[in-house]
Amino acid sequence: MRNRRPLIVTLIAAAIATAIGIALSFIIHWFPVQASAQAKNTDRLYHVLVIASIPIFVLVVSTILYSVWQYRMKPGEELKDGPPIHGNTRLEVIWTAIPAMLVLALVSYSFVILHDNEKKPAREIQVQVTGQQFFWSFVYPSSVTGGKPVESDQLYLPANESVQFQMRSKDVIHAFWIPAFRLQEDVVPGITTTYRATPDRIGTYPVVCNLLCGLGHSTMRTNVHVVSEAQFQQWLKSKGASSSTTVTKP
Amino acid sequence: MVARFKTPGFYRALLGTALGGVFATALTWIVRMSTGHATFHHYLSGEAILTVSLIACPIFFVIGLGVFDYWFHWAAGRPTRPEDHSNHGAFTWKDYFKVNTDHKVIGVQYVVTSFIFLLIGGLIAMLMRAELAQPGAQFVDANTYNGLFSVHASILIFFFIIPVFAGLANYVLPLMIGAPDMAFPRLNALSFWLLPLGGIVMLSSFLAPGGSFANGWTAYAPLSTAAPVGQNFFSIGVQFAGASSIATALNFLVTIITMRAPGMSFFRMPLLVWANFSTSLLVVIATPFVAASQFFNLLDRSLGFNFFNAAKGGNVLMYQHVFWFYSHPAVYIMMLPGFGIISEILATKARKPIFGYRMMAFSLLAIVVLGFTVWAHHMFTSGMPAWVRIPMAITTVVIAVPTGIKIFSWLATLWRGVLHLDTSMLFALGFLTTFTLGGISGVMLAMIPFDIHVSASYFIVAHIHYVLFGGSLMTIFAGVYYWFPKMTGRMYDERLGKWHFWSTFVFFNLTFAPMHILGLQGMPRRVATYSAQFADLNLMISICSWLLGLSTLVFVYNIVTSWRGGPRAVANPWRAMTLEWQVSSPPPVFNFDKVPTVVGGPYEYGIPGAVHGILEPAHVGGAREPAGVSSGTHMSGE
Ligand SMILES: [Cu+2]
Ligand SMILES: [Cu+2]
Repeated sequence: MRNRRPLIVTLIAAAIATAIGIALSFIIHWFPVQASAQAKNTDRLYHVLVIASIPIFVLVVSTILYSVWQYRMKPGEELKDGPPIHGNTRLEVIWTAIPAMLVLALVSYSFVILHDNEKKPAREIQVQVTGQQFFWSFVYPSSVTGGKPVESDQLYLPANESVQFQMRSKDVIHAFWIPAFRLQEDVVPGITTTYRATPDRIGTYPVVCNLLCGLGHSTMRTNVHVVSEAQFQQWLKSKGASSSTTVTKP
Repeated sequence: MVARFKTPGFYRALLGTALGGVFATALTWIVRMSTGHATFHHYLSGEAILTVSLIACPIFFVIGLGVFDYWFHWAAGRPTRPEDHSNHGAFTWKDYFKVNTDHKVIGVQYVVTSFIFLLIGGLIAMLMRAELAQPGAQFVDANTYNGLFSVHASILIFFFIIPVFAGLANYVLPLMIGAPDMAFPRLNALSFWLLPLGGIVMLSSFLAPGGSFANGWTAYAPLSTAAPVGQNFFSIGVQFAGASSIATALNFLVTIITMRAPGMSFFRMPLLVWANFSTSLLVVIATPFVAASQFFNLLDRSLGFNFFNAAKGGNVLMYQHVFWFYSHPAVYIMMLPGFGIISEILATKARKPIFGYRMMAFSLLAIVVLGFTVWAHHMFTSGMPAWVRIPMAITTVVIAVPTGIKIFSWLATLWRGVLHLDTSMLFALGFLTTFTLGGISGVMLAMIPFDIHVSASYFIVAHIHYVLFGGSLMTIFAGVYYWFPKMTGRMYDERLGKWHFWSTFVFFNLTFAPMHILGLQGMPRRVATYSAQFADLNLMISICSWLLGLSTLVFVYNIVTSWRGGPRAVANPWRAMTLEWQVSSPPPVFNFDKVPTVVGGPYEYGIPGAVHGILEPAHVGGAREPAGVSSGTHMSGE
């Protein structure tokens, strides 16, 4: 039989490469800061996907490298052919079934995350988002202000409170993307689209239009300010909301 | 002189183009006048004339060129001229500039034309990378930049990847199945000539008032339906590319179904034939949808139909559904022929039968069927009903399974083979690694929460280039090197070929891998200016992309010099078994002097005395011909 050493060397190298790959996946800063509950879930999903992918990629590459190393044509083999192996049913069943189970497991896990990210909480506030070439504007309805609605070109959100964005477009399609939240949805003329986020980290983060909407598309930016509940109320008041108490925090 | 304008050819084609302009002017004048435009000034509208001209001029051009002459004669009831084959086969380089019905000439015309579009599209990419080298505005304004990436993608998708595969298959496929030509040679010629015209329509949009079309190759309404007239260059250019690819696909289907050599059952067909059979099914079913989407856009933009105008009861998301119902299968239209090429090369260069041949064929068919069930994965964040995302995510991960079967079968084909690591084999192995990465990121994008974050970001740009460059283009290079001796009768330079591979492989990865990170970090695509935090990576990407562009020059130099003065190629330099290698390089005008008979599978390597087809009935049972083995020209670089 063949010398087994090269195969063992390759297997060890592949195992080391997998380990290094997985270690790297923990070290690399893939994402911007996590500023929402959804971001934590999505990042975890991404990490699971990367860890599942590394062994597959290493398997493909190490098989290629091993074959190149062991089976490349040597001098004198110009007319030699390999063995006439036409297939192996058991192997073919395995590499159909295992990847199928793997991707179905991963997609099921993604549905769990999706459900978590999108489920309606007991209480949430609404913010109406309007996209138009090339800026964003926001309306805080009376259910949030406790008085008359507040209009603003700034986006302030209270931390640790679920918010549902209700988005409309005045002209073409835009996309309301908050990378720190890992969330976006298109803003489409004629319909209202929505998504919900639970900001959980105080700070200021970019809001990016992520769908080509014309000449000013790359400038269609603003920021989201995640602030404490008290600061949020203060900000609303400064924008002319009545001082009467609001729906938040019973 | 007058005779020149009467006989088919470029003079008459130019005359036709001019007549097309006159026709367009007259038609718009009559229509506008009769529909009551009040003043004389309004009888003539430059934009209307331009739009009608874009449709009329290319059609009048091909009529002038003579593509329709035979059909017109026949339709008019005049006696058709007896087939004299004067426009079949190329004897000087000039014959490549004429209407020709030889599939080999058309194949070369296709491949060379599409590679010119590749160079143009690549040059545009390097201009874009120059703009993106620094965060702020550099030297193009937003409108020009939007035009650059829109034309880059449209040209490379519709006028490079899709047609170059059709071109390679045009040359190789009839030879592989033992046919003298395609089933409809004149239709084949028409398919080809629509291509440069459509490409010129798209490229000339840069000259249009208001600039070129600038809404991406996706041309989402309602931005596109309110765009300057350059948008019509896209809508109409796509029609020519689409008509060309539908006609070619029909041609392939009929050729494969009816013109196989005796003995070539479906399960004795080489996998390249299977791949083009599957691709042609996709093209015939899917391409009418992109044609429709662009007709809708054209009618909306130019005649106010309001299909996609929400204020007038239109439905904005409808555009995206129709568009992606084509454009997802189009991903496989741009990949399956490459799968076929890789199967041919790996079997021949690993000197082994393809592992699991039947599963390879069935997985192609599975991809065809499943390919029509996943389109809305491009719309996870579009605002469509939320539940639609669930089945689309499931079908999207499931379609990875047949693709995985193919990759594992190719790996098993390498196992215990005798690997000839020449240029086409290197590209095939490079393809296996880069395409695996593109497939992995594709599965990741099927995961809805993750897609919601990175949709339309640079992660998508990275993914699409791993699939279309690391996937399709790698297979195209592999195929061009593999069949270069057959198509030109010359050998290419192995050393330069390997330089080309390594520079392409390294700079491809350095250019596109970092884009994944940019996307995860929050950089949107389709922007000329970006936040300063992305500056370092973008500068590195730009530099690597220029080096990647330079690596193409090695390829161009190798091909041009080898075609002109490379060593003569023998009939079968790779000792392959498929039929195209059993005839001279290049093959005789009608391919086979005797009809070949197929007696076995296409990849019976390693079985002493096995043969796929026999050209001379007298040799039944004889040993496989080791044609070309003695020449040694191909051994130099191994
Ligand atoms: Cu935008
Ligand atoms: Cu798709």
